[in-house]
Amino acid sequence: MTDYLVPLILFLAAALALRKQENAYGILLQGGAEGLQLLVSILPALILLLTAVYMLRASGAMEILSGILAPVLTFFGIPPQTAMLVLIRPISGSAALAVGAELMAQYGVDSLIGRTAAVMLGSTETTFYTVSVYFGAAGIQKTRYTIPAALFADFVGFFMASLTARLLF
Amino acid sequence: MVMSWIWTGLVLVSILCAAISGNGGVLAAAALQGAQAGVTLAISMAGAICLWSGVGKLMEAGGITDTLAGALKPLLHRLFPSTKEDAALSRDLSANICANFLGLGNAATPMGIQAAKRLKRGDTATDELCRLIVLNTASIQLIPTNVAAVRSGLGCDTPFDILPAVWITSLCSAGLGVTAAWLLGKVWKR
Repeated sequence: MTDYLVPLILFLAAALALRKQENAYGILLQGGAEGLQLLVSILPALILLLTAVYMLRASGAMEILSGILAPVLTFFGIPPQTAMLVLIRPISGSAALAVGAELMAQYGVDSLIGRTAAVMLGSTETTFYTVSVYFGAAGIQKTRYTIPAALFADFVGFFMASLTARLLF
Repeated sequence: MVMSWIWTGLVLVSILCAAISGNGGVLAAAALQGAQAGVTLAISMAGAICLWSGVGKLMEAGGITDTLAGALKPLLHRLFPSTKEDAALSRDLSANICANFLGLGNAATPMGIQAAKRLKRGDTATDELCRLIVLNTASIQLIPTNVAAVRSGLGCDTPFDILPAVWITSLCSAGLGVTAAWLLGKVWKR
């Protein structure tokens, strides 16, 4: 079902823009340039965080951490190897990308852990960052129950990511 | 500042764990390998990110965002009752949700902030504002571009085969997150 989804999106996006007399190729170029600028802007963060992640892995800290969290995580069916990703995901987007990419590289993109990490990354957001950007810009002091509810949504995401990665492949 | 503490903490934890488990010899090499891996990862993602940023902009120009916004209206009225009276709020909110859906994070944030400003009362978050934030943190995305880029960068033949799993997962997390927010809104004092 997903085989033709991406090629069709490519075609439809261009065709619909053309129908509106838009310069489809020019827009593609402009958006692409913006995307590459975005990548360059997160590159230093990626390098620094992967440095830290590699040090953590080499030091054995990842195993210790997943060992500590294993009883809780396995109870919910979440692979303990993803402990670091679960902890860092709500705090930093580029750190989560670094940890997730490292999990996929280490265990294989098509392994259960690699797929779980990918689904986790794709279906959750950097909660604390989002909350601080929105509430900071809108000038809100009393956030009430926003953070507990958002973290609960993240947890459901981690749980469902583990479940779907196991059942759908 | 938070990241400064986290980064320093991560390095300290690695040193302590390495000392305990006797892995100290590989730590320095690992740091340099990690730095190099950051560059490799970024380059392997570059093509996919460039392509999808372009396509995202194209979808906006072709009016796909507007079509989606129209389809979303009934749901919007239920989640955010204020949109029935406030047309500008309705426009900002649907633009925010659609931009997120199409993976245009940068375009989504300014409109979301506009909506947040209209939804706040004084310095307190209203129930509707809390719901907006939960929806935004649950990340409902048609194509999770970054992940697909990492997967294809790592040599995966089918980088998009995780899509159904991602859709089911984000729908559940958004649905249950909003439900939790709704329940909490009934008991939480202002």
